Amino acid sequence: MSVEHEHETEIYDPVTETPTSYLREGPDAQPPLDSPGYKSTRLRHPTEPLVYLPQTLTEITGPRLAPALGLQESDADLTRQHEGEPIGERIIVSGVVRDTEGKPLRNTLVEVWQANAAGRYAHRWDRWPAPLDPNFSGAGRCVTDREGRYRFTTIKPGPYPWGNHYNAWRPAHIHFSLLGRAFAQRLVTQMYFPGDPFFPYDPIFNSVRDERARERMISSFSIHGTQPNWAAAYEFDIYLRGPSATPFEEAH
Amino acid sequence: MTIFATTPSQTVGPYFAIGMPWDAGPHVVPDGTPGRIRIAGTVYDGDGVEIPDHLIETWQADPEGRFADLHGYGEQSQLEGFRGFGRCGHEGGDGTYEIVTVKPGSVPGPGGTLQAPHIDVTLFCRGLLHRVVTRIYFADEVQANASDPVLASVPAHRRETLLAQPVAGGYRFDIRLQGEGETVFFAV
Repeated sequence: MSVEHEHETEIYDPVTETPTSYLREGPDAQPPLDSPGYKSTRLRHPTEPLVYLPQTLTEITGPRLAPALGLQESDADLTRQHEGEPIGERIIVSGVVRDTEGKPLRNTLVEVWQANAAGRYAHRWDRWPAPLDPNFSGAGRCVTDREGRYRFTTIKPGPYPWGNHYNAWRPAHIHFSLLGRAFAQRLVTQMYFPGDPFFPYDPIFNSVRDERARERMISSFSIHGTQPNWAAAYEFDIYLRGPSATPFEEAH
Repeated sequence: MTIFATTPSQTVGPYFAIGMPWDAGPHVVPDGTPGRIRIAGTVYDGDGVEIPDHLIETWQADPEGRFADLHGYGEQSQLEGFRGFGRCGHEGGDGTYEIVTVKPGSVPGPGGTLQAPHIDVTLFCRGLLHRVVTRIYFADEVQANASDPVLASVPAHRRETLLAQPVAGGYRFDIRLQGEGETVFFAV
């Protein structure tokens, strides 16, 4: 039975699981689009104020992409997409996708992409002299299960230098893309690893000005999730905007 | 009830093309769908230079104003193979994008109003720490646009940035992130 078919039989309940409006975030909830420390923002941030968009049917609905993508099990195991095994530290990255009320988002698409163990992306524009790995493409997809849980097997990405400023390095990270249920919930972020020594020097990580908010982008090592004699585990829960019915307060 | 804070956004970066685009991504409707149109354009930075590493996503109703999802609101699209969602981004991008779709119908708006045909757009790129959201309206929908509640809320001199212009086979819609003719972006 294909992964796709299995999930077709456990579709979420549209009445109880799709809000009619989503919590609006305050101006400081997201990193400022004009972040001078990250130089590429200079010519790429809008200067006019954003216009308030009411949440209409267009914003509270959203695509179910998983069927269109025809997901295979290998899409969730980045170490098994080629004949040989990639070099590096094999890890399991898993977590739960929730909304801000803590409710798990079932059957929602999670997409990831990352550099290889040497910190090199399999992308034609990435030219820094670290080796490519013929057994690692660095991209994965899966949908969350009944508990809202996703799980990838991959290798730990390396940090890498970039041209933002003298001796600039990105902390090791995995890019995450979440579709949620609705256009209003769309999120692209990066998952970091605990204790990365590059954190204090990275303008992208630090573009999120609140320390507790930055911590929400850092995965935690999980000895519990580790697969003995196989792979270490990191856990990363993701919170998307939820229903707007209740006043906002920070709880973690 | 406990309310949790959201996970912050981070930039999509320059290398999203290894994972995000897929071949059928720009095809919101299958080949052979009657009334297919192409919507294409270029994304520019504040110096008027094309942005090669951008990723566009679109979400829209079908010509009947129905969506291709499983929500309980209104009727679901009956148009065969209609995904409603488009994604376009290239490893060797030149700043342009293109989606193949059908023109959406009108969709209910706030307070019993009717919205003009529109497509929601998300733009990601290196240098954007959080997505920006805009809408494509259609310049040839003069009457519907004139009574659209969202367009009415946009300063009159900036509305034109939201209007896709008719061209052979479809429409052209450019996006300017900054500077003269800066596209209107929305807070959702």
